[in-house]
This record gives sequence, C-alpha cells and structure tokens, in this order.
Amino acid sequence: MQIVTHSHRDGPWTVITVAGELDVVGGPDLRNAVMAEVRDGHTRLVLDLTGVDFIDSFGLGVVIGALKRTRLLDGDLRLVVPEPRVRRVFEVCDLDRVFDFHTDVAQAVTRATAS
Amino acid sequence: MTLDGPSGDEMAIADFRPGEIVLEIPARTEYLSLVRVVIAAAAEIEPDMAAERIEDLRVAVSEATTNAIEAHDLHGVTDRIRIQCNLADDEIAVVVHDMGMGFEPEEVPELPEPDAPERLLHESGLGVHLMQMLADESEISATDDGTDVRLVVYSSKRRRRGSDR
Repeated sequence: MQIVTHSHRDGPWTVITVAGELDVVGGPDLRNAVMAEVRDGHTRLVLDLTGVDFIDSFGLGVVIGALKRTRLLDGDLRLVVPEPRVRRVFEVCDLDRVFDFHTDVAQAVTRATAS
Repeated sequence: MTLDGPSGDEMAIADFRPGEIVLEIPARTEYLSLVRVVIAAAAEIEPDMAAERIEDLRVAVSEATTNAIEAHDLHGVTDRIRIQCNLADDEIAVVVHDMGMGFEPEEVPELPEPDAPERLLHESGLGVHLMQMLADESEISATDDGTDVRLVVYSSKRRRRGSDR
C-alpha cells in the first residue's frame, strides 16, 4: 500500500501529513515529499504520522534521513506520533532519545515555535 | 486453499497440520502488506496473545520478509519466499525462509548510541535490531539454499509464568 502525503504551512513550519504504511513500499514517497520541501527552502518540518498504521526499519530510516537533511540546513524536525504502536517502534530503537514526540500538530508547532 | 494474487495464481496458503499455516509469496514488496495481514490474523487465533505482542510479531515478520525479498532481488532468485507460522499453546513461531544465499548476522555493523551525532549517518541497518528486540526469541541461520529467520513471541500466559519464577 502506498502512502499519501499532504503539506501545508503553519507559521514558520511546514507540516507534512502522512497516511498509510511506512515501509519499503510507502517510505520512498515520504522521502520524496521531504526532499521536495527541503529543496524549496522549507527546512522546519513537522511530520504528522497520525495516519500511519505501520512503520518498520525502512520507515524509521526515512524519518532519520529527514531529520538529518533539515538539521544540515539549520532547520529542525518535529514528530506527531499519537499512536502507541507506532511510537513503540521508535522507542525499541531508542529513537525517543533523538526525537520529541507530540500528540497533535498544534502541540508540535507551539512547542517547536517556543523553543 | 489457493488465493489469486495480483498477477494470477501466484500465492498459496496451505494447512499442513493443526496449528501450522504456510504462506508462499513471490519475492516482491507488494506482498509485504498481505504477509502482515495474514500473520496478524493467524496470531489473533491464539486467545492469550496480547494485541501488543501481535503487533511486535507483525513488525518482526515484516522485517524478515523484507530482508528475504531483498536477498532474492540481489541474487536474481525467482523462487517464492516461504513463511511458516506455527500456533502453539503458549507461543507463536514464524520461520521466514529465503533462497537468497544467506548473510552473516555478525556482519551487521553495531549502531552508534541513538543520540550520538554519527547515528544520523545510519538511515538503515535497524531491521535486525528490531527483530531481536520485538521477538522473545530470534534466530538467523544459514541453510543449504538460503537463510531461515525464526521469530517466536510468547503468549501472555507464558510471559506471566516466566516472570513468576
């Protein structure tokens, strides 16, 4: 199953909303969406993974790559991951030490803007 | 039972003995989602299997199947990948068998600490780690014609017994 991505601006932040399965099939679509935003100069990203019902190591790699690309350009990345089973995959790989998780976009944007 | 896949009669599900389900798929990533659905549905038959453990198994088996598909693709192998699921009283064991020449798990590089700057250089390589962390038992072994990955998750009953000891 392919994923669906949609982007919109929220202040200085670009929110990429993702729905579907973030694996080797769907992951490249998210990678392309992130790279397109970064190419256009949008390096402060929020990835809203609320609609993601599966993520594996490939999907984690895409998210890690997004963080790397934004930070290389002095940007940043915040994650919205309200679903415990998706969050657990990040936590099993200790990636909760790398990412701040937020339960909704409003929280991610507010906290990110304030920081 | 035989199901028609995206390009015809490509996938077969057969019951060989009570509690055993065998799924054979073409080595194509389009079938990953189907494997996850079948594994989760099979695991739900076990009444004492917690939803979280079913999810752990789903991710672990998906990782193993992804690796198997990549191995077949890398070596130009056209055989199907076999996923064997055994439902026992207190555990579910899944063996993913590929014919892709195998690999040595010891050769998978160690990952830096998550918050080390060099960790961001590792966008891949988390698959084996995930399998090992999510399954109660995991074993990767070379066979004559490929690799077997065996993943076992315990039922809540068995885990309770283990923690009582």
